[in-house]
Amino acid sequence: MSSENDKDGQPETTESHGDEKPLSKDEAKKFYEEKGIDFSPDAPINPRPVPEFEKSISDKISSKFGPKITVDYVRAHRIRVSTKKEDILSVAQFIRDELGYDHAESVAGVDYPDSKEIEVVYHLGSYTDEKLASQVLALATRVPREEIPNPGKDSSRMTSLREVFYSVEFHERECFEMFGVFFEGHPDNRRLLLPEDWADIPPFRKDFKIKGR
Amino acid sequence: MTTQLPPGISLEKVDDRIMTLNVGPQHPGSGHMRLIIKVDGDYIVSCDPDPGYVHRGEEKMAEYRNYIQNIPHLERPVIHDSSNILYPYCLAVEDLLGIEVPERAKYIRVIAAELNRCIYTLYWLAIYGIFLGHSTMFMWPAGDRELFIDLLEAMSGARVTHAYLVPGGIRNDLPANFEERCLRQVNYFEKRIKEYEAIFYQNPILKSRTEGTGILSRTDAIRLGTTGSVLRASGIDFDIRKKEPYDVYENLDFETVVMKEGDSYARSYVPYLEMFESCRIIRDALSKMPKSGSVRTKLKPNPKGGNEEVFKRVESGRGALGYYIVSNNRPEPYRVKISVGSFRNLICMPYLLKGELLGNMPSVYWSLNYWPVEADR
Amino acid sequence: MLKEFFNQETAPHATNVLVGKLGDILVRAVGKPLDYAINWGRLWSLWPVHLETACCSVEFGAASSPRYDVERFGIIEAFGSLRQCDLIVVMGTITRKMAPRLRMVYDQMPDPKYVIAMGACAITGGLYFDSYNVLPGIDGVLPVDIYVPGCPPRPETLIQGCMLLQEKIKRMKGA
Repeated sequence: MSSENDKDGQPETTESHGDEKPLSKDEAKKFYEEKGIDFSPDAPINPRPVPEFEKSISDKISSKFGPKITVDYVRAHRIRVSTKKEDILSVAQFIRDELGYDHAESVAGVDYPDSKEIEVVYHLGSYTDEKLASQVLALATRVPREEIPNPGKDSSRMTSLREVFYSVEFHERECFEMFGVFFEGHPDNRRLLLPEDWADIPPFRKDFKIKGR
Repeated sequence: MTTQLPPGISLEKVDDRIMTLNVGPQHPGSGHMRLIIKVDGDYIVSCDPDPGYVHRGEEKMAEYRNYIQNIPHLERPVIHDSSNILYPYCLAVEDLLGIEVPERAKYIRVIAAELNRCIYTLYWLAIYGIFLGHSTMFMWPAGDRELFIDLLEAMSGARVTHAYLVPGGIRNDLPANFEERCLRQVNYFEKRIKEYEAIFYQNPILKSRTEGTGILSRTDAIRLGTTGSVLRASGIDFDIRKKEPYDVYENLDFETVVMKEGDSYARSYVPYLEMFESCRIIRDALSKMPKSGSVRTKLKPNPKGGNEEVFKRVESGRGALGYYIVSNNRPEPYRVKISVGSFRNLICMPYLLKGELLGNMPSVYWSLNYWPVEADR
Repeated sequence: MLKEFFNQETAPHATNVLVGKLGDILVRAVGKPLDYAINWGRLWSLWPVHLETACCSVEFGAASSPRYDVERFGIIEAFGSLRQCDLIVVMGTITRKMAPRLRMVYDQMPDPKYVIAMGACAITGGLYFDSYNVLPGIDGVLPVDIYVPGCPPRPETLIQGCMLLQEKIKRMKGA
């Protein structure tokens, strides 16, 4: 690799590959610090600038709802907003009517056994608004998680967003069977992908172990 | 004699007039999935899709493998579009780990993705031909597809499961005089697929079976959240390669194919026209590609993602394909969610088939660009 | 004592020795060519069921494409109704949802019927050995005649598997 780069006349990039002698731990640390790379585990890997347009969208949501929502991050083309499960319907309606997001890309559940919560993340996009075409807004909420799940009958339930975003229908059905989150107001919370005789706990929960692992 | 039926299958008669049909999983008009169709005479009253026959738990398996070990099984859902299904995964992992991809690798990735899109579309077209009883349209694309497979086999070494795109670039550099071979193939192919127009798309029988069937209006396409060729056939100009360009798509010269009709014919015509655009992209990328240089940034052994999440999407043969990866300072991802175009287009099926003739079911079903293995994941 | 002796005498195989011998000779003389003729008919027109179970169906489709053209070996493209089929190619992963359907399809096929397990998933579970919804091979569901390894197998490998099956059919008993 280095020899090819030499021929192209890019000697700057090949300097690091030149010396082959092994570095001690301190030397290596110093070497990487000089290059501006931080390998400590908590360091953000690449600090991202906050873009203007995305900031304006998140400001619109936070000025409307105030403390009801938290803006988790604002990056290029990506915004993430989390809210309580009681408020998600009004937030979603605002996002659809005022901001112009019109469809859901996916509904992802994430299981957090430590905080006893299951997070449901709606990734929303827009076809109608030209400016929003590159944006994906993640609307997240958290529902309580039961130690012994009983899908459909326990407390891990939330309001369905099907009335707001019609396209979440099959995604929510998938989320129900994979995490046991019941969506109130969804017309058919039936099984979708799993076998009809599935009698185990929802498989994407962290306490469901796959064989040999 | 009563036999023990598997759960979910019932033979009871619902009504004298309304009859329930199980289309699939063993049916010449559908594969890997079941459509529970209620018919009144020849007309479909309701349709209830029942996917999940190929649900293999990819997302769960991904939580137990590290970022590199995940590559082979994540490309299996669509083995004839394997570069495109790995593309957002590579973009997402690069974003998580903070890796820069060399310029030459970006161009080669685009070429691999577009070659693979042609392979996918030709396979899809071949099956569409056979669904409509047009065996020539099976033979022609299936034969032309092999030429693209040869190109990708020369690049990666494997016939369909390439695993060519890896986080940090591509697995290996192009073989000797690949550019010349690729250009020759693209030039041949552009002349060749013009013949499809005459034998397939202008065929009066095909037109009568597809034109005006399964019309998806513009507002419904938005409301149902469809994607890919289904969306573009309904008159919405949306292509992630244009709207949110990844890698080097913004430097390349191509158009988005949009049709207004929204029927089965338009949905089958859009991917065909997109193959011409793919050829344009390949030719443009070959000319703009740096002729030499590194193609892969080496990762650290067993790399760990930070405590963050990322959502990356690309335009695959079936529409938007996104990966949502949550990482928590571990070599394995905490959660991987694959948002696939096939699963998003599944919602159209009950909507479009209602009130349709049963004989038009295959033409509507396959025009939705639905690949069940991918939808089930 | 006498009764037993009498019974032995009157049993057809004992009393009519000539018929018994003639039957043996007939089976030897006609059976082998008959078996050969029946098997010859079977092996050149194997009709696979159109049952796609996973991603290996892409390569099965490619096997009947013009380049590989599996039809010249007597394996006809999968179009027929399963009542007219005598070969089931299990194309890849069998999930827990598909397994009862696979068995149902197999049970509805008329005898004689042959099974080809195509791909690593159909043989052992393959890449999905630790998935919660995938069977570790189809041996528990169907009696497999030929295993075709690969993930996915190349069409040439599938064709070789089909030819091995034809070799096997040649040596089978006809009737």
